Amino acid sequence: MDPFLILIISTLVKIIGFTFMLTLPMVAYAVYAERRVSAIIQDRVGPNRTGIPLTLFGFKKDLHFAGLLQPLADGLKFFLKEEHTPSHVRKFFFWIAPVLTIVPALLTLCVIPFGSSVTVFGEQIKLVIADIDAGPLFIFAIASLSVYGITFAGWASNNKYSFFGGVRSCAQMISYEIALGLSIIPVLMVFGQLNLSDIVQYQADHGWLLLPLWGDGLSTERILLLIPLVISFVVFTISIFAETNRMPFDLPECETELVGGYHTEYSAMKFALFFMGEYAAMIVGSALIVTLFFGGWSIGFGADAAVAEMAFGGLIHLGVFLAKVIAFIIFFIWVRWTLPRFRYDQLMKLGWVVFFELALVNVFLTAGIMMLIN
Amino acid sequence: MSDPTTTQLPKDLAAENGMVNVQIDGHWIQVPRGTRMIEACKIAEKEIPHYCYHSKLSSPGNCRMCLVQMGMPPRPAPGAEPEYNDDGYQEIGWMPRPVISCANTVAENMGIRTSGELVEKCREGVMEFLLINHPLDCPICDQAGECSLQEFSVGYGKGQSRFKEDKIKKPKNVKIGPRIRLDDERCIMCSRCIRFMDEVADEPVLGFSERGTHTTVGIFPGKELDNNYGLNTVDLCPVGALTSNDFRFQMRTWFLKETDSIDTHCGTGANITIWTRGNKIFRITPRQNDEVNSCWMPDSHRLNYICPTDEDRLTACLIKADGVHEETCWESALEAASEALKQFDASEIAIIASGSQTNEELFMMLTLATELGSEHLSIVARDQASDNMLISSDGNANSTGAKLIFQNSAPSSQLANILEGVRNGSIKAVIAASENLLEAAGFSNEDLEALELLISINSQANATAQASDIVFPGAAPAEKRGSMVNITGRLQRLNAACIPPGDARSDWEIIRDLILSISGEVAQEAPQSIDALSKILASSIPEFEGKHLTAISDLGDIVAETGHSIPLLKREAERKANGEIVG
Amino acid sequence: MATIKVTRPKLSLLEKLYFPSIVKGMFVTFKHAVRSLRGKSIGGDSLNTSGLGVTMQYPEQKWDDHLPEYYRGVPTLVTDEQDRERCVSCQLCEFICPPKAIAIIPGEIDSDDPWAKVEKRPKEFDIDMTRCIYCGMCEEVCPEQAIFLRKDYAMTGLTRADMVNDKKRLYEIGGVRTGLVNKWNDIK
Repeated sequence: MDPFLILIISTLVKIIGFTFMLTLPMVAYAVYAERRVSAIIQDRVGPNRTGIPLTLFGFKKDLHFAGLLQPLADGLKFFLKEEHTPSHVRKFFFWIAPVLTIVPALLTLCVIPFGSSVTVFGEQIKLVIADIDAGPLFIFAIASLSVYGITFAGWASNNKYSFFGGVRSCAQMISYEIALGLSIIPVLMVFGQLNLSDIVQYQADHGWLLLPLWGDGLSTERILLLIPLVISFVVFTISIFAETNRMPFDLPECETELVGGYHTEYSAMKFALFFMGEYAAMIVGSALIVTLFFGGWSIGFGADAAVAEMAFGGLIHLGVFLAKVIAFIIFFIWVRWTLPRFRYDQLMKLGWVVFFELALVNVFLTAGIMMLIN
Repeated sequence: MSDPTTTQLPKDLAAENGMVNVQIDGHWIQVPRGTRMIEACKIAEKEIPHYCYHSKLSSPGNCRMCLVQMGMPPRPAPGAEPEYNDDGYQEIGWMPRPVISCANTVAENMGIRTSGELVEKCREGVMEFLLINHPLDCPICDQAGECSLQEFSVGYGKGQSRFKEDKIKKPKNVKIGPRIRLDDERCIMCSRCIRFMDEVADEPVLGFSERGTHTTVGIFPGKELDNNYGLNTVDLCPVGALTSNDFRFQMRTWFLKETDSIDTHCGTGANITIWTRGNKIFRITPRQNDEVNSCWMPDSHRLNYICPTDEDRLTACLIKADGVHEETCWESALEAASEALKQFDASEIAIIASGSQTNEELFMMLTLATELGSEHLSIVARDQASDNMLISSDGNANSTGAKLIFQNSAPSSQLANILEGVRNGSIKAVIAASENLLEAAGFSNEDLEALELLISINSQANATAQASDIVFPGAAPAEKRGSMVNITGRLQRLNAACIPPGDARSDWEIIRDLILSISGEVAQEAPQSIDALSKILASSIPEFEGKHLTAISDLGDIVAETGHSIPLLKREAERKANGEIVG
Repeated sequence: MATIKVTRPKLSLLEKLYFPSIVKGMFVTFKHAVRSLRGKSIGGDSLNTSGLGVTMQYPEQKWDDHLPEYYRGVPTLVTDEQDRERCVSCQLCEFICPPKAIAIIPGEIDSDDPWAKVEKRPKEFDIDMTRCIYCGMCEEVCPEQAIFLRKDYAMTGLTRADMVNDKKRLYEIGGVRTGLVNKWNDIK
């Protein structure tokens, strides 16, 4: 077969598979997981009933599936709701804002390596949509676009609560993007490159960045490097929380002060897009943390090479990657239902006074250690 | 008192005006000589609980509820001069026993105590006695909520009974007349009903039998209480012993809204209260107006009301097409009416108003006649026999008003000409408002069929509505606001107790819109409310000068001299002059 | 008012870092999650837990046996052991009802009825359960011990009309109640 044709087809399949068949259902079920996990944390039950209403057709019992069809019902509800645009809004921006939040979140998926590679028709196909050499930079560039969506939503709604939500979100995202960007520099210094696939491959060969337990990971240098890398990880993870507007950094939509924040005026599918955007951002964030710090699709302990030998070993890696991402999503949820919301000045102080400096110093610390090692 | 330097004593000052000084609960007031003590207390705004006393009836003093403590100055010793204190009053010597205030008149320098231990103990005792045989019927008693026994039990009673014996059983639920039910157990022997039938209705059919606690009010053997004023005994009854079949178990009184209005069944214009809940009339009771109906009204008038919820009410405009009435909206009905009227010459149109319309409505009828250029405008005369009580010989409530507004001493004089014109074909179109032409107007079915156009305003589906080409749904008297002039020339106000059902409207609104539709004028220039219309009326008719609706006093104002009087009031004045009643 | 000065507690460095308390909090929620999953949530037993958290699964499990005597459920009309409708339609409940849920049309008892001496009973008695707030004022105000709030609470219907309990239904739910004062027996 023509390699070019295979490239086209495989890319299309990857786009559809990773974005629409993997991530979007994950978004839906992340919402379900959010509700079930929060219920369990709070000694409740959560949605456990939505299933197939067999009793409507004369059967004795409904099929519940532990409420697993709840996301479908939610989606259906959003589709059937009235698509309402208030008369006082700026229509163009009002309509484009939800799109501007979901699209960047999904776009960033294209550089995430979901697995190693599979062999189809003799061609080795990497399980990443776009294997570019500027992965993290691309993600930051695209992800920072989503601030436009939220700002537009807040401004175009022509409503003081929405406006405050938009302004807060804008300030918050800009503040934490700096810490986010700076915190990752030590990581990139260690890897020495920006291609995410290669970064993961490096971790598969040399031990995960934060768990260097095999290969040459157990060397003194790596263990010494762990000090700045752990700091990087902490700053990066917390900044991801802030970037995704989740508890304890959900100031833009804090209900007690701002009703619904920037999406107060939104309903039906437009609101759903915001909602999906938030969860998609959370998934991408988890994927990024996993990719950078926890070896991406790598199984670890030197088993990766053997798996990669198999024709469809890449799918096993895909599974491993998803398992890690899901673990992080649950961690996100866990944090949300444990911690209270920051006060706005505390949030800003934490971003500018603590994380910014910490990340900056961390860069020099890493550089120093690396100089020492070499 | 020959010494001019001596200031006059209060008793002399009062005597000059025919007054006496009375001290009520420590305050001195002047009341006319001969006033009953209970009335003097009313002037002093002190409430004296009472059951048997009624100012329009004689005072037998048998309920003992109005006991007060009385005091007079002690008689001076022979040869001694009475002593006056600094204010010029004599010291009052209080009597150790109470007196009933309803049957005693005041005297100079008298003292009355309406409270204090003696009076309160007496009232408690009287209440306890009244209640020993009273059944605990309140949940099913129609009087509950407006029952003097309930009110005074709460206000002056003991709160509990020491009576342990069995209550005396008496007849319950006795039909003593076609409209009235008697419950003897509830009766407290005040005898108001007996005195009313005897003194006012002049048909004594009620009386006491048995003695002591067994005393029972009853109907004379072989008689029944079917007098046309019988239901007034129900209003008089301070408890629930007499209840009206019409209102029996219909609604508890506390749900009812009271609207002051006047009766439109005859020229007397008896003052009434309309009791409604929601848009339904539950009963009509007389309202005291000593210049019109005293405290009474005839049963035939109070039971004969038109309610918005009646089944025969018209609720939409009707246009007859191929002999069948079809419902339509106001716009098309008015347009159809004005188009149809324009087909006729002014001399071919006759307008028949009603003597039961309000002044405002009659004024609009007159305006309509002027607009159309028709000279055939008449009301329908309704002469009837007076009952020599309250029902007047004029069956129209507002003939006097029609006289004043049409500036015509015989507003119904044209009717014969109209009927003649209809029969000889010179009148081809008739507009009839609130009149069933087949009744008092003397039209026959053939006459109505001979008409080329009959437009009528009707509140009920009657034969005239049936024969009409265009029917406008009108409002019943209880749904109207407006004014009327009764046979004695008294201008009185009707208030709307309900809203007209469905599309129905007051006649004045219908005629106004019809005039606008005919003339094509701008709607904003016509009166927008009944009050605006009544102001126009008040400035157009000299007798009504300054008497627009809100300016009419609650008991009415005399606007014309008619020479008529109301027989029942004359007799009442005589009895008052004889000292039989307080009046 | 006196001014009370509150000094903020001095935090140690560890406390200033937030982390220890964050971790502590995470442990608390984790502990709850584990207990919840094992069906051993605190208080779960006394609340008849369904096995997850402390929640009772409604249509399958019900609390009916635990309802106290004074429970205020659906208001109903009752008959007594003499098979007499206790309500005499005095309309006090209609009057007191805060949300105006009760509508009564009173009527007279036919003279051939064994209880004709009571004279009055409701012709129609509707309680609109979409309006009822279960306050129990109707029961409290009733001078005839005729209206009682029962333990039923699951009033459902597919239309508004379904939610209006008419006289027949009220007596069906209410049933017979014994041991009430029978004052009408003394009336002749």
